[in-house]
Formats: sequence, structure tokens, C-alpha cells
Amino acid sequence: MVKRYGAITAVKGVSFCVPRGEFFGLLGPNGAGKTSLIRMIYGFSPLSEGELLVFGKDIGTQWRYIRSRIGVCQQDNTLDPDLSVEQNLHVFAGYFNMKPAETRSRTDELLEFFALQHKRRSKVMDLSGGMARRLVLARALINNPELLILDEPTTGLDPQSRHQVWDRLGALRERGLSLLLTTHYMDEAASLCERLLIVDHGKALVEGSPQELIEEHAGRNIIEISPAPDGLLAFLEAKGAAYDDLGDRIVIYAGAESGLEETLRTRFCIDQCTIRPAGLEDVFLRLTGRGLRE
Amino acid sequence: MSVRYRDISWRFLKVLHRDVVVAKRLWKVNFLVPLLEPAFYILAFGLGFRTLIGDVDYAGLKLTYVEFLAPALIASAVMWNSFFETTFGSFVRMYYQKTFDGILATPVSLEEIIVAEMVYAALRSTAAAAIMVAVLTPLGFVAFPACLLIPLVAFLGGMVFAAAGMIFTGAIPTIDMFNLPIFLFITPMFLFSSTFFPMTDVPVWGRVLSWATPLYHVVELTRGLALGAMDSDPWVSLAYLLIASIVLGDLALRSMKRRLVK
Repeated sequence: MVKRYGAITAVKGVSFCVPRGEFFGLLGPNGAGKTSLIRMIYGFSPLSEGELLVFGKDIGTQWRYIRSRIGVCQQDNTLDPDLSVEQNLHVFAGYFNMKPAETRSRTDELLEFFALQHKRRSKVMDLSGGMARRLVLARALINNPELLILDEPTTGLDPQSRHQVWDRLGALRERGLSLLLTTHYMDEAASLCERLLIVDHGKALVEGSPQELIEEHAGRNIIEISPAPDGLLAFLEAKGAAYDDLGDRIVIYAGAESGLEETLRTRFCIDQCTIRPAGLEDVFLRLTGRGLRE
Repeated sequence: MSVRYRDISWRFLKVLHRDVVVAKRLWKVNFLVPLLEPAFYILAFGLGFRTLIGDVDYAGLKLTYVEFLAPALIASAVMWNSFFETTFGSFVRMYYQKTFDGILATPVSLEEIIVAEMVYAALRSTAAAAIMVAVLTPLGFVAFPACLLIPLVAFLGGMVFAAAGMIFTGAIPTIDMFNLPIFLFITPMFLFSSTFFPMTDVPVWGRVLSWATPLYHVVELTRGLALGAMDSDPWVSLAYLLIASIVLGDLALRSMKRRLVK
């Protein structure tokens, strides 16, 4: 897929495939092209170049078929502030041509699933951030979609609300739903997604399961030493070890095989020294850099 | 982005339904204006101006000024209602509430959303006209049963002004800039489209300019139905409004697609 906005190319040829039933995550810094990709997938933005099939159908011509079988939770809050919680679901069901009886039963089911029954008649404006987000999710599921697309579903939520959302998504996985997710939270990606694609500057960088990516790009453990003792950098260079020099701090990616970890621990751990298991965040920062994007 | 007419189906009614659900929550406020506005004008012109303005000759009829004015009040309400709805109303839904973005994640096309917005605006014009007819008919300003056709004229006229408003909504950067088309087009039309004075004593260039505005034709048709006589040919005015709604409607769809499809 390629996406151009005038002279700017936001997506410079990204390809991927999500099998039915998989939870797939798109990671990348701000401006990496995630939202552009998502918007092309649900037919909000036309592709500038390339081909995109959802359920085996072309989004350019079969968009109505595709959109009737997916649920989308956009980054912006697009709930209708003029309508109550219940009306938001009812009106949305109308866009899918759902029958009144089906709409009512599905609304009851979803309000219960997302613990919103007591807010049924509330105005959307009066909901807390967590409740509004749950309502957006409930609305995205109104048509019983086969694929759910979530663009940063938990941004701005407190830990309790985030865990509740994850819990609900986990329950949906059991029912065979496919998920396409973008997020900035590495713990979210690692715990929800079976496979990840990291994108930056409109290009795909790496793809794989969270565990594969960590092992391949961050090693087993991370050793952070600050400040760098004399001879450390020379030692790392000589060993050909992977590290980032952050000035006041050295971050070393230690693989399982080299015995590097042991040497560092005995020879260089003098002052401030942390050894911890490598995580997805290390992979992310290592591949996309530490500079600010905006 | 070009407009795809094959993407317009009856599903636009679902979006229209949304607007109607919202309107029902606010109906008391919405209906108060068309109910009271003609009353205010008739009081002001009937009581206040009566001694200053003599009778008006229109289409061979000798009318009091209020009799001449009353149908034009309905016509201008048609203009204000639909133009406001597709400018301020649609802009708020599009830009601040992101309602259109939400709908675009469902099997509804952007074309259907825009058509629904315009039809809703025209229906508001129709409702306002119907209420005003209900107020003005018992007072003897509007003839029965021809007045029953006024809401139809209101719908057609409403579509023209709704489309005009939607063109601006697709083009302006910020909501404050709607003052510009209102100041440049809507207010002059309100004043000079045979609303407040007959065109018979106006020089030819003035009559031509006035004829070119859609409001003139809505005023003429409304007046024709209210008084049983009109200065111009009703079929010409109907044709004008029909063509204008199609041409402006197409431009409105283009304008909004250019703005929203990224």
C-alpha cells in the first residue's frame, strides 16, 4: 500500500497479511503512517497505489460489503454528543441496516458486556473517559464484526480502564474475532497481539511475534550502566556488542550466547548498573530511535 | 475526488433518521422560531408601519403591505432554515463532533451522508413553512387550500439553499467565516428578492439581478399560492429551482468530497 497526501508520502509501500482469527498489532512512533494504513483498510482513504483485499474483496469496489463486516474504533472520539448512550448504539445499528429486534438485543448484550447498563440513558457528554471508550468499543461491535480495527483504543485511559478494555478484548478473542490494533503502549501490544508489525517513516521495519522480535532485536537482557566507566565503550566495540550510547547512560543489548553479560557484571558494574529482561519497548526504541518526532 | 452517484442508495435515510432523532430532542426550541417570527413581523408591519406605507399593487391585486409581505416571510424562513442547517449545523457535526467520521466506518458512503444532510435541512425548511402557513392561514394572509402546496415549494427551495450552504461548508476553513456568505449573499437576497417591495418600480438591471436569485423564485411561488396570483410564470420559477437544486447539489457533493476524502 502506498499513500500520498499531495507532495508528502505517508505510506511508502507497506505489505502485510492478517489471517482470520489473529490479533495483529501495528506499532510505530507518531507520524509513522499507522493511521493512514488503518484508514485505507476500512476504506476511509483511497489508496494512492497498490492493492488491498479485506475478506478477499477489493476495498475500492466492495467497500460496502467489507464495512458491513468490520467494526472500527477510531482514534478521535466520534460518539454522537447529541444522543444518549443507548441512542448512539441504536442509530449506529441503523447504518448497518440492522432490524429493530436485533438492534435491541445486541444493544442490551453490549451494554452488559461493557458494564454500561446503568448509563443507558445518560448523555455521552456525562461519561468518564473510560466509559466513553467502552461505548466506542461497544458501538464498533454492534454489527457483530468478523474483524475489529482499533486505532489507539486505550490512549488517555487510567490503568483500571485499560485493563478492563484488554480483558474485554481477550474475551472477544475466544469468540474468534480478528483484531487489527495500533498502539503506543508496548505492554498492550505484547499482551494482546500474536503478531506485530513495526512501521516508521511510512515503511515496514520488522514483523513477528512479540517474543521473536524481542529475542532478535533486543537480546535476552538489557544492561544499563551510568555513567560509562573507562574502557567500557572500547570493550563493547571490541566485542562487537549491540549498544546505544545515550551520553550519560549506556544501554547494552545482551544476547544469551556470548557471556557478555557476565563480563559486564564483574568488570564494569561499578556505580549505577541495572540488569533487566529485554522488552518490546527496547525493540521499539532501538529500531525507531530515541529522538522526539513532533 | 470525483462524486460517485452509484454510491448513493436509500441508506441515506438512516443518516436522515439520525438527524430527526436529534431534532426530536430539541423540537420545542426548533418550532418556537417559525411560530413566533411571522407574528412579530406582522405586528411590527401591521401596527407600526401601517400609516407610513400605502397599499401595494401586485399582479393586478390591491394589497395591504402586510398582505404583500406575509408570503415572503415564509419564503425567507425557507432560506434561513436550510442555509443555517448545512452551514453551522453540518460544520459542527463534521468538524467538532466528527459525526461524519464515525458514520464513514459503516456501510454508508460520504455521498449518502451529504445527501441526508441536505434533505434534512430542506425538511427543516418544510416544517418551518408548514408552521408559518398554519399561523398565517387562519389570519387570512394565506389562501386555503392552495397553501397546502407551500410546503412542497419550501422543500424544493430548501434543497437549493441547503446545497448552497453545503458548498461553503466544504470550502471554508473556520466556522466564523460563514459570516461572509451570509453577508454577501443571504442578507442581500433577503432584502432584494421581491421580499419587502414589488419589483414593478425597480429599474431593469435590478429586476434581472433579483430574478437571478433563488429566493426570488421561492418568494414568487409562495406568493402565487398564498394570493392566488403572481407577477411571473410559476413554471419558470419551478424549473429554475429544480435546475438550481441539481447543479448546486452536485457542486456541494464535490466540495465536501474534496474536503473530507484524504
